[in-house]
Amino acid sequence: MGKKLKTKAAPEQRASTIITIVLLAALYIFLFALDNALPTTPTTVMLIPVLQKGAIYALVCVSMNLLNGFTGLFSLGQAGFMLIGAYAYAIFCIPAGQHAAVYQYFEGGVVQFSIPEMLSGVLGENAGAFLGAIICIIIAGIVAAIFAALIGIPVLRLKSDYLAIATLGFAEILRAFFQWDGLGKITNGSNLLRKYVNFHNIKIQIGGMIYQLDTIFPFFIATLSILIIVLLVNSSYGRAFKSIRDDEIAAEAMGINLFKHKMLSFVISSFFAGVGGALLAMFQTTVQAAPFRASMTYEILLMVVIGGIGSISGSCIASFLYIACSEWWLRFLDSGSFMGMTVPFFRDGFRKVVFSVVIMIIVLFFSRGIMGDKELSLAGMIRKFKKKKEVKAAKVAAGKEGDAK
Amino acid sequence: MSDRQNVLRVENATMQFGGVVAVNNLSLEVNQGEIVALIGPNGAGKTTAFNVITGVYQPTNGEISFMGKPMIRNHPRGKMEKLYKGQNGDLYRHGHTLAPTPDHITKLGIARTFQNIRLWKSMTVFENVIIAKHMRAKHNIFTSTFRLSHKEEARMREETEALLREQGLWHLKDELATSLPYGYQRRLEIARALATDPKLLLLDEPAAGMNPQETLELADFIHEIRDKYNLTILLIEHHMDLVMNISDRIYVLDFGSLIAQGLPAEIQKNQHVIDAYLGVVEDE
Repeated sequence: MGKKLKTKAAPEQRASTIITIVLLAALYIFLFALDNALPTTPTTVMLIPVLQKGAIYALVCVSMNLLNGFTGLFSLGQAGFMLIGAYAYAIFCIPAGQHAAVYQYFEGGVVQFSIPEMLSGVLGENAGAFLGAIICIIIAGIVAAIFAALIGIPVLRLKSDYLAIATLGFAEILRAFFQWDGLGKITNGSNLLRKYVNFHNIKIQIGGMIYQLDTIFPFFIATLSILIIVLLVNSSYGRAFKSIRDDEIAAEAMGINLFKHKMLSFVISSFFAGVGGALLAMFQTTVQAAPFRASMTYEILLMVVIGGIGSISGSCIASFLYIACSEWWLRFLDSGSFMGMTVPFFRDGFRKVVFSVVIMIIVLFFSRGIMGDKELSLAGMIRKFKKKKEVKAAKVAAGKEGDAK
Repeated sequence: MSDRQNVLRVENATMQFGGVVAVNNLSLEVNQGEIVALIGPNGAGKTTAFNVITGVYQPTNGEISFMGKPMIRNHPRGKMEKLYKGQNGDLYRHGHTLAPTPDHITKLGIARTFQNIRLWKSMTVFENVIIAKHMRAKHNIFTSTFRLSHKEEARMREETEALLREQGLWHLKDELATSLPYGYQRRLEIARALATDPKLLLLDEPAAGMNPQETLELADFIHEIRDKYNLTILLIEHHMDLVMNISDRIYVLDFGSLIAQGLPAEIQKNQHVIDAYLGVVEDE
């Protein structure tokens, strides 16, 4: 038996790993081309931000799914942790020379250094900005995780709806707290944080050429983060999380420390929410606490539900669809005209009406979301394909036998 | 019998919910290798006693030792000090309070099954068993996520496979736990409990919903796992044939209090037990 286990993973598994790597590489090449080679047309002008925002929301949705879908903790604090991540990122990324301008009402603030700038001094401007941004994103995640660990101690003792209310309240308090003038020297009160490193500043220098990495950068961070979450969900700890979701009492009776595992899930989910928040800050180029309200959490929850609670691939698909619909494909509904015709009720806000109807249809007829709790699995597809081939071969063989007779 | 090691010792355990005393001053002992039954009419406090032993409830008063070491200890505190209706309320006042969580107790070596089957619904038979191996694996969330402890994972899989084969559940490994027939679900729950490497196994009505033939098979099965895994077993059961057949000793609970204890033959003749419980069964 020992020998059997030492043999490598199933061939479908290996094939799917290879295909995944190839697909990812193709995606990166496509995005790189998009960033550097594509001419600016009305389509690309919409496509790039939709892809960027889609990737960010995919990451945040997957992080929420880890908590709500895989551990069964109904938490609504995601916007709060994104807010922490966004602020932590921005604060450490504003160039030293810009502090006076950004913190104009707070005497230049207290944080007087900038990590990308410090690295730029050593590595050169482009590499410094790139590496500095990555370090600040990780710091953003860690700060969010620390807040989660602190808030988790009292909050994770609550169950179901009570946990949702407590985390929602926490996020709202946090938003108010970050807008408080008393903290102005750090958070700039209710004013904008700006002038930090954003997607447009992420460049790479190869030879004498400078290439933009606008879109590839959020995709890189998001795919890496989602990959880590996928690995976690499929590990022994992921199984333990799922057992807590299915039946807490049984999980505890089988030796799973509920508090420890809930805390791990909460902290990791918040870490990636913080990373998502940092990316969102880069995307928006300015940060303010006001938009990180409960409706943002609901939006994320909606994407998770549309994609399917407990399905990572579902969350990814749903977030891209949602962002594309709300930002791009349904825009024409607001424009007042359709294919050259003037439609009277196509005016500002009509998009939201149609969008709500679409969501209602999805929730009514696909109540388990696009994917349910299944995953889009290449290994499974290969297996199905092989089976079909085998069935075909068997049919052909049977046919030949029949002919011979 | 006295030369055998004492596995579980419950002393003066009282469980009081508000003004209701569910278990009153219960004392019992289970020794290495024994099969001991806890019987009594519905609502007598048998399952509550199980929940106290496994840490789901903290007893209001009393001490529980496992393998000779105190594991749970409490005395009436706070509001309970005035409300307490049980006996021996002063006995444990001077010791430390011990209140381990259920997962801690499972780790010490006490595994249980549930009266109403509690399998993880969305998971396969294989996953249901391998999760019970999680607590004893030498890994942490980092090594587990990044597959640095893949040898540990392979070992867990190997042990799970061996256990499922022994229990005759291997051919069902990819089925959803809840799609199994009832009898198999009971077996799977026992297999899952065995996967935690217990020394003491608590079975809460293992024969519930089984027909006489299945009940007979269950008796053999319980003997078999006791010998194979070197277990000590404490069970709650209503099927008197099964209880009289397999138990070394029996404790009888009624209204939370112990009304009799002894060998099966003694219990069958005990007038208190016949009045409170057995008489009803024999009338059928």
